[in-house]
Amino acid sequence: MEQLICKDVSLGYGGSVVSEHVSFAVRKGDYLCIVGENGSGKSTLMKVLLGLMEPLGGQVMWGEGIRPCDIGYLPQHTEAQADFPASVWEVVLSGCVGRSDFRFWAGKEHRRRAEACLKRLEITELKNRPFRCLSGGQRQRVLLARALCAAEKVLLLDEPTAGLDPHAAADFYETVRQLNREEGMTVIMVTHDPAAVRSYADCVLHMGNSSTFFSAEEELCRRRGAEGEREEDHD
Amino acid sequence: MIEQMHRLAEYLSYDFVRYALIVGVLIALCSALFGVILVLKRLSFIGDGLSHVAFGALAIAAVLDLTDRMWLVLPVTVLCAVLLLKTGQHAGLKGDAAIAVISVGALAVGYLVMDAFSASANVAGDVCSSLFGSFSILTLSGAEVWLCVILSVVVIGLFLLLYHRIFAVTFDEDFAHATGLRASLYNLFVAVITAVIIVLAMNLVGSLLISALIVFPALSAMRVCRSFRSVVVCSAVLSVLCAAGGILLSLLLSSPVGPTVVGVDMVAFAVFWIVGTVKNA
Repeated sequence: MEQLICKDVSLGYGGSVVSEHVSFAVRKGDYLCIVGENGSGKSTLMKVLLGLMEPLGGQVMWGEGIRPCDIGYLPQHTEAQADFPASVWEVVLSGCVGRSDFRFWAGKEHRRRAEACLKRLEITELKNRPFRCLSGGQRQRVLLARALCAAEKVLLLDEPTAGLDPHAAADFYETVRQLNREEGMTVIMVTHDPAAVRSYADCVLHMGNSSTFFSAEEELCRRRGAEGEREEDHD
Repeated sequence: MIEQMHRLAEYLSYDFVRYALIVGVLIALCSALFGVILVLKRLSFIGDGLSHVAFGALAIAAVLDLTDRMWLVLPVTVLCAVLLLKTGQHAGLKGDAAIAVISVGALAVGYLVMDAFSASANVAGDVCSSLFGSFSILTLSGAEVWLCVILSVVVIGLFLLLYHRIFAVTFDEDFAHATGLRASLYNLFVAVITAVIIVLAMNLVGSLLISALIVFPALSAMRVCRSFRSVVVCSAVLSVLCAAGGILLSLLLSSPVGPTVVGVDMVAFAVFWIVGTVKNA
């Protein structure tokens, strides 16, 4: 079942077009990587998918049963958070705030949910640590836990491993892969890392200033098969 | 020392001193709570800009000889808060430039209007007391105190009720928006409440020194505390203590109330700075 369909979408700011004719489809459980040079509209596309911006043209359609609160988002690293006084627990719990059943206080079910997300990402021991004192890798894990707290079906990751050392990046990719394979979470990730695209992606959206093309999984599977890493079709 | 205690006890038996303490503490509490948000959102200067707007509006209200100046000052300041926030979001006039334009403009217009039309013999004195608060907090009427109490309770209540949402939007606006919170609505809410607090705080410290009430307790708390909740609590407690201490100190020293309160805030900030440096070293 198609979870997300983009048809001939044009992206840009204030009338100036960054990228045109972006078309692709994502099915449940897919792992889509979006690649392309800086300024090709990758982050803009993310914002459009999240509903933070309107596309200049074309259509973005989420499949039935997908509401904004089903989509978890891991934003690009921002400096503003570098000195923000907040504990890991507060950050993860804030993922619950947008949920439709959230009233004014974090209820028991929200706390349980946040605890489960901490445990799922193996960061329970960081719970009371200040967010600003964490390493880059730990921070991304905490923000991923927050995204999981918010979402059940789709994860949108915007350059999640920028600034991480190779080891931390590999750890992070492995965690996302598990969420994708074991829990059927759809993953849409902007990345500059060709190795990650090769080893994890089911489909790739190449965004360029001159052309944008989408390669679905058949071709990738063929390539992976050649590398002897063929994975089962997860559908 | 004992003599001073006696003098304080005597002062506290006067209604106007008690009014000043109640209003001062409530204003300090409100401004500390929202100060944390403003500082973290890098909007410290919105408070400064709005306070100048409030001064301009106050000057016009004084010239028009309105009996209840609040009814002009409050809507004008709230309106400017909304405008500042809107211009900050769109291009055209960038946020900090917009604040500079509005705040300096309002200050100039306020003084011009007062100078040109004021019936009072002592224009300079009037301007000085609007800017630095001087003794106006000691001349509050019962009705003004009630208005202040009601507004403060509403502000504090809203903060507590929306605490989690406020945190989410302050920490990461895009994420909050993406998960279904109407982040722009919360920004509007923060701007409007800030305007209300500033109008209230004009009585206490005057319009030039309001930023101090908003910024100092939050910054002090952030030096030492590491979670959002502890920063909020610490900032609130510190601000209340500084306001009460400052008001009492100004009575003993016969110094102007506003600058004394701000002075106490500054001393507290210095102490917290040192403690934070030692702790983090």
